[in-house]
Amino acid sequence: MPIITYREALRSAMDEEMARDENVILLGEEVGQYDGAYKVSQGLLDKYGPKRVIDTPITEEGFTGVGIGAAMAGLRPIVEWMTFNFSIMALDQVINNAAKMRYMSGGQLKVPIVFRGPNGPAEYLAAQHSQALQTLFVHIPGLKVVAPATPYDAKGLLKSAIRDDNPVVFLEGELMYPWKGEVPEEEYLIPIGKADIKREGNDVTIITYSKPLLVVEQAAKELEKQGIQAEIVDLRSLRPIDEETIYNSVKKTNRCVIVDESWPMVSVASHVGWMVSRYCFDYLDAPVELVTSEDVPMPYNHKLELAVQPSVEKIFNAVKKVMYI
Amino acid sequence: MSRVFPVEKYDKGFLLKLLRDMVLVRRVEEKAGQMYGLQKIGGFCHLYIGQEAVATGSVAAIDLTKDYVLTTYRDHGHALVCGMDPGVLMAELFGKITGCARGKGGSMHLFDVENHMYGGHGIVGSHIPLATGVALKIKYKEEDGVVLCYFGDGAIHQGAFHESLNMAKIWNLPIVYICENNQYGMGTNYERVSAVHEFYIMSNSYGIPGKQVDGMNVLEVYEETKKAVKQAREEGLPSFLEIKTYRYRGHSMSDPAKYRTREELDEYRQQDPILLLKNEMVEKNIITEEDYKKIDDECKAIATQAVEFAENSQEPGLETLYEDVLA
Repeated sequence: MPIITYREALRSAMDEEMARDENVILLGEEVGQYDGAYKVSQGLLDKYGPKRVIDTPITEEGFTGVGIGAAMAGLRPIVEWMTFNFSIMALDQVINNAAKMRYMSGGQLKVPIVFRGPNGPAEYLAAQHSQALQTLFVHIPGLKVVAPATPYDAKGLLKSAIRDDNPVVFLEGELMYPWKGEVPEEEYLIPIGKADIKREGNDVTIITYSKPLLVVEQAAKELEKQGIQAEIVDLRSLRPIDEETIYNSVKKTNRCVIVDESWPMVSVASHVGWMVSRYCFDYLDAPVELVTSEDVPMPYNHKLELAVQPSVEKIFNAVKKVMYI
Repeated sequence: MSRVFPVEKYDKGFLLKLLRDMVLVRRVEEKAGQMYGLQKIGGFCHLYIGQEAVATGSVAAIDLTKDYVLTTYRDHGHALVCGMDPGVLMAELFGKITGCARGKGGSMHLFDVENHMYGGHGIVGSHIPLATGVALKIKYKEEDGVVLCYFGDGAIHQGAFHESLNMAKIWNLPIVYICENNQYGMGTNYERVSAVHEFYIMSNSYGIPGKQVDGMNVLEVYEETKKAVKQAREEGLPSFLEIKTYRYRGHSMSDPAKYRTREELDEYRQQDPILLLKNEMVEKNIITEEDYKKIDDECKAIATQAVEFAENSQEPGLETLYEDVLA
């Protein structure tokens, strides 16, 4: 099976969907002539022309709203935010318009649109350019939110997101773009709302999604050396969330650690922690542990910024805690 | 302001339609006001009384089989002139299942997608990019349509307005931005919060022609919209109209409008858009006072029937709560 990068997987998903459906367009800052700030859209302008790959001014609220309006009227836009840090400028459009148009119109309108771009901490970028903002979107009914961690999942989920009749917030990661993985040449889709067991184990369930999967996998290898078999549940979709897969795993292992690179308060981690505590209460042998980013804005200094985020060591310690070792 | 009403230039049927549309909006709005007072309607309810000529004259200049309308939360008038059934409208205000949005939108979120009336939007200025996106779709699909995007004087300082005009111009989108300048953004006179008092010049910053229009003269609104629509349709060029108007009621039903004088209100009542057209039509012997009374009675009856329909409709069942969240 060919091995390609996360970036190439995303590009290939957009390319295939643009070839399949002429209603799919891509708009955002630097997506065309510049080939994408992170080169995700490289070559798409040459292939599909400026009518379908649209460079916008730096007006996140404006072009996000334009995409939503075009979706209401029948197109299937992909809006690229250069990073999710800038999506904050467009939050009114996403929360008040994209997420609510169908409900407010009593089902008359649908909004088939994808908002995608890099989310979460990168390196040496400081507080305004290095933050995990999924909580803002996961909170909102009327949106779907996905956060794939591998090239395979990225391609299959982006294709599903583009075909979905609802607004889908698609979280990528700057540091994930060069990650490599197997992606088949033949077409496939991954349904939104399905988690994936990335590693099977009987001793502890580690639930994660997006970039922290990497450190979770490293931690699992370390744990294995000590005879602990961790099961890794990669959520992939945050809204809707795959409760069944989560509960089945925890009911099997009886212990649960949740690893999430967003802040601890009112987060995906805290919500999943509540879900597990509520619905697997009788199966748990220890309280659920969370490993999140520290509750501070991101510092510039590298040593400090690494200390903010989930690490192998932090995960390792959390697992030891739920296993009482 | 000197007004020209060349009614003799128009077909009688067309004039009657304009007159009737304005009277219908007025009578339905008065009824909505009454029903609000009776607590049949809750929440925010922004009446269009005084501004009828704007929606009536401008929508008369488009073809809703291919053109689109997006507007603000002061949307009852636009919905009616776009063809929404008054009963369906009133039922939505009552929150009934027979309303256009099954009781989920209310006064501020009227949608009639079949008639290309795309809402009814509650956040000031936030729908201006949406309307611009609908225009992008028209251009992308190489359709013949045009978008009319309405907003108030309060929206003109929002970034969304400026961002939208810029994009409409760089992409040459078929859209007419219509600022209904009723002179008060809620309780604040526009002159107190605007560096520029002649709004129509603001679009010039984006290379888009702007024009000030007398919003009490439905024929002028019609003619100027028609020109702007023609330019959008034939040349794909956006334009901007500042239509000066006045609302007789407060910002919403809960606003006693103490920020303006009785004299100011009376002055505008003297230039009532309905009476101006009616008087001109009577003077030129196109209709009689009796004809007008007949139209008025008919519209009052429609408003009364709309209330009866709303009253007799069912509340939405609780099972509808989770419907329409996702497609």
